[in-house]
Amino acid sequence: MGAATREAFGEAIVRVGEDPRVVVLTGDLRDSTRTEDFAERYPDRFFECGIAESNMLGIASGLALEGKVPWACSFSTFVAGRFETVRMSVAYQEANVRIVGTHSGIGVGEDGYSQMSLEDIAMLRTLPNMAVINPADGIETQGAVEYLVDHQGPVFLRLTRQGVEDVNGNGYRFEFGKAVPLREGTDVAIVATGAPVGEAVKAAELLQGDGVSASVLNVHTLQPLDEEAVLEAATRRRAVITVEDHSARGGLGGAVAEVLASRNGSLAPLRIIGMRTFGESGSPAELYEKYGLTGDGIAGTVRDALKDVS
Amino acid sequence: MATTESTDRADLIERLQGIARELRIRDLEMIIEAGSGHPGGTLSAADMIAALFFHTLRLRPEAPHWPDRDRFVLSKGHCIPIVYTAMAKLGYFPEEELKTLRDLGSPLQGHPDRTQLPGIEASTGSLGQGLSIAVGMALAGRLDGAAWRVFCMMGDGEIQAGQIWEAAMWAGRHSLDNLCAILDANQVQQTGKVVERLDIEPVVAKWRAFNWHVREIDGHDVAQILDALEEADLVTGRPSLIVSRTIKGKGVSWMELNPSWHGKAPEGEKAEQALAELRGGHA
Repeated sequence: MGAATREAFGEAIVRVGEDPRVVVLTGDLRDSTRTEDFAERYPDRFFECGIAESNMLGIASGLALEGKVPWACSFSTFVAGRFETVRMSVAYQEANVRIVGTHSGIGVGEDGYSQMSLEDIAMLRTLPNMAVINPADGIETQGAVEYLVDHQGPVFLRLTRQGVEDVNGNGYRFEFGKAVPLREGTDVAIVATGAPVGEAVKAAELLQGDGVSASVLNVHTLQPLDEEAVLEAATRRRAVITVEDHSARGGLGGAVAEVLASRNGSLAPLRIIGMRTFGESGSPAELYEKYGLTGDGIAGTVRDALKDVS
Repeated sequence: MATTESTDRADLIERLQGIARELRIRDLEMIIEAGSGHPGGTLSAADMIAALFFHTLRLRPEAPHWPDRDRFVLSKGHCIPIVYTAMAKLGYFPEEELKTLRDLGSPLQGHPDRTQLPGIEASTGSLGQGLSIAVGMALAGRLDGAAWRVFCMMGDGEIQAGQIWEAAMWAGRHSLDNLCAILDANQVQQTGKVVERLDIEPVVAKWRAFNWHVREIDGHDVAQILDALEEADLVTGRPSLIVSRTIKGKGVSWMELNPSWHGKAPEGEKAEQALAELRGGHA
């Protein structure tokens, strides 16, 4: 298991902190969001906002409108969940705020549902100018952070509390808005985002043992979505399975469904793996198993999908 | 010397009173033309807006993004028409454009949109959010060692919103003395008196407890407005709040303190009566 994407963020934000425009804000979560090193290195550009996330987002907006590049960091559900403030004080202003949400998905584990953000992608991708980035591993997170310093417009960066499998090699270069093909395959396409991408790769390996050839596409940028890559995944294959540690409604699966449903032609049927209930306490591994997000679980859904179409 | 100074002051006050009267008329004209809007809270704010835009704020209307300008955030965004009237008079855009308020494609959106109209510092309209943005701007100014200041006008109903108090706590804790907030305490919100919906008093004590310098004034007395704005400029180590006690609908007798005129444009005869009162009265 590789490191949590929040760890990679903590390292990268110190590096990009050399740019004097970079400002970091947290809501009493400098430890959990891994921004303590930044705070130590750049104390004049680190601001504690207390348990008052709406105000933190507004302050970030004001800073951005004056040319700073503020990163507002908290658990995802406490920042993305302040949707009305995100919508009005960040997105509508076209403010260059980077909303950083750690502790996304059921991968949060033992703390249970109240700390798990399962709705953030669905909410924030309704905002027309909001870039939504959900990296699969540490190196992708670092690449995203470096890219985002100069990106124009508001951004939601969704990170994990728990360790994730490293799926990208050392030579990896993050390309905003471009999905990453991780594996070729001709029978089915597994389209995944964030923490479960590593599990999708495992699923493809398991399926290979059954003689099923599965491609894996890593969609790190959910908005703007790489529609071309999504359409390619659904072409000349028997099924498309999306995988996300997020609600099965409105996230990656929803975004892919919107693309596929708007095109004519014989595209593969879609299965969405994601949460259909609230989350609960348990270890991340137990929860991934229970909710079908492990390699085994994903492979099982792929087999079911293939039975349905055969 | 003293006589000259007091004469100058009297002239300034008279000039600003005249401007406030003119802004009220333009404001109501544009709301009538649009057929919708929020007259009550624009009329209560007119004297303060006149003092800010025609005396206190350092602005260059011909260069709306001039880096050294003072920033003004209207947190009570529904009252933007009174600001539009000031901006038009200053030359930010042609006065004829006031007629396009709320029209499809107009930069004069029903609530302010900074991406549509240069000179608008922040898009607002969802109440309770503007002060946080103003705090962020003031923080940026401090980080850059800038001399410009940030002004933010809120409504009294608006400060029922919790985010206002988050921002007040933060600005007080961080001693943002380049920030001056103004509470247009016009006593009435959409459906009734503020005191009846959710009483906000005692506001002076509350903001002082949050480490703000607070000055309470009659918000229709231009001399008091100028004194308070000058005092705020001199305060160090604390943000300033001016509690501007005003009358919602000020200048139109039957609109005054009447919640019915929070969010409705007068029509027909009522429109004529309202304009006649403003043109003939001492608003």
